[in-house]
Amino acid sequence: MSEHKNHISSYKSHIVVLLSLIMLTILTVTITSVHLGPFNTAAAMLIASVKAAIVLLYFMHLKFDEKIYRFMVTLVLAIYAVVIIITFFDYLYR
Amino acid sequence: MTGNFTTHRMPSYLEQQGKYTGIRAWILSTDHKRIALLYLYSQLFFFFAGVVMGIFMKLELIAPGQQIMGPQTYNALFTVHGLTMIFLFIIPGLAASFGNFMIPIMIGAKDVAFPKLNLFSWYLFILGAIIILVGIFTGDGPPDTGWTFYAPYSLKTNTNVVLTVFGAFVLGFSSILTGLNFIVTIHRMRAPGMGFFRMPLFIWSLYGTAWIQLLATPVVGITFLMVVADRLLHIGFFDPAQGGDPILYQHLFWIYSHPAVYIMILPAMGAITEIITTFSHRTVFGYKAIAMSSLAIAFVGYLVWGHHMFTSGMSETARLVFSFLTFLVAIPSAIKVFNWTATMYKGSISLEPPFWWAMAFIFIFMIGGLTGLVLGSVSTDVHVTDTMFVVAHFHYIVFGGAGLAFFAALHYWYPKMFGKMYNKKVANRGLLLLFIGFNLLYFPMFILGMMGMPRRYYDYLPEFATPNLISTIGSWVLGTALVIVVVNLLRAKKGTPEEIDDPWGGRTLEWKIQSPPWIENFEEIPTVEHEPYELTEK
Repeated sequence: MSEHKNHISSYKSHIVVLLSLIMLTILTVTITSVHLGPFNTAAAMLIASVKAAIVLLYFMHLKFDEKIYRFMVTLVLAIYAVVIIITFFDYLYR
Repeated sequence: MTGNFTTHRMPSYLEQQGKYTGIRAWILSTDHKRIALLYLYSQLFFFFAGVVMGIFMKLELIAPGQQIMGPQTYNALFTVHGLTMIFLFIIPGLAASFGNFMIPIMIGAKDVAFPKLNLFSWYLFILGAIIILVGIFTGDGPPDTGWTFYAPYSLKTNTNVVLTVFGAFVLGFSSILTGLNFIVTIHRMRAPGMGFFRMPLFIWSLYGTAWIQLLATPVVGITFLMVVADRLLHIGFFDPAQGGDPILYQHLFWIYSHPAVYIMILPAMGAITEIITTFSHRTVFGYKAIAMSSLAIAFVGYLVWGHHMFTSGMSETARLVFSFLTFLVAIPSAIKVFNWTATMYKGSISLEPPFWWAMAFIFIFMIGGLTGLVLGSVSTDVHVTDTMFVVAHFHYIVFGGAGLAFFAALHYWYPKMFGKMYNKKVANRGLLLLFIGFNLLYFPMFILGMMGMPRRYYDYLPEFATPNLISTIGSWVLGTALVIVVVNLLRAKKGTPEEIDDPWGGRTLEWKIQSPPWIENFEEIPTVEHEPYELTEK
């Protein structure tokens, strides 16, 4: 534990992340007024995923931590993706 | 292995005088061993409550027609029996009690990574249990949905569903926090020299279990909240009348509840591996294969939930995909069983009670596993779905598998936990009676299921009478055996302490320290220099 160095993020990177999160929130709201049919949901999910990735990487320091943590988080997300894909074997073919 | 082992005896964790005395020394203790015993006693209490309910259910089914209760009472009883046994006994299972006690000792640590969180998990467990109990005795009566709370019935019934699912929700938090604690402990607290592939296999199984607890439990937590939202706010997630989808409920419920079966059985398999290796006096056969099969079961077990839903109206494609994935789980499970057998081959086997329990486990678990293939295959499943066959299979796996392993582990680690030895003859006789009672009780249910008797009915047609009568008699034999087994252990607890640090010739770290262990387990953290089951040093 003692030899572990903590990464200190600069104010600049925090502000850039904050601004991008605000921009993406505005984009989420704006895109609802554009008629994309079923792709509206897909667009909202895509933007939310980008936001979540930014939070995980920068605010939660995943980018600066050991590789094993990135691997674990990716693995968990992959399992959830597989679970959703398998569920859709029911919904798409019912 | 080097370390300062048992040079002189220290006051054990049972005698340790801390800041508090009396009951407060237990319920405010952050020592993993005391918390383990808190779990053990609470789980055994709930187990016996569940057994009593089960015996009453079997008494109702002794003959056709109404015997001692009507349909509504019977529905409530099987629901509460299921809730108690599943959520309060077997899901915490071996992990909460034996895992808590053994993980730090077996990996050479003084405690778990987060001792206070550990105690908090037990409080959540008890709080969840109290909420469920309040739910049973208040409102418009105990829930009658079965432990699965299937929508849309769980949205329509007037019984007290909201409070009960909320209790289960709180229990979920206890499970998640325990899983988190174990993962961090196993990653961060291993003694010097104990690489991942030098960990005892019980620890590997608990590691797989902890990941399932962490990843799957939130799904059921959210699902239960959705049921509450549907009932109180009429949102209509699962209500077809409002455009909802009841099959979605089943998906979400089983995404957790099937991996939950592996939460129950994986630590059981881990304990059985320890027992077989110790009593065969051999190095375990296929260490890495067993370790990896724990993770493979945890991973594949996550993807097979749909085999509970073959007749729910799910798409044909999904049924085939789930059936295929289900068959895949048989592979890592079989790897374990074959490795256990290979470990015993040419071993110098001592026929002590824990070994007999492990043998009973393998016999019964194999029947449970093979009948699982009948249910995993779509074509045969549709014939026996919702019949007594499912009840029999489930009890062979969960009671015969996880439950028997729980008692096997109790007999194996009892001398370590309490520093006393039970009467081995009585333990063996109790097991023999239990084995007979178990098969008398549950095997006729396979036949009843094949004959077409549906589950969850308080009454049946006259042609089902004989197997039901045999089954009820089996429940009395099983109940008697359980009393013998537990009284034997309780009597041993009153006996005089013995210096039995390693009564079985075990080779993992817990057998190197005094029984019962000192509060901090080790005077000096040991350095691990070889594989966990190596015979070179005793």
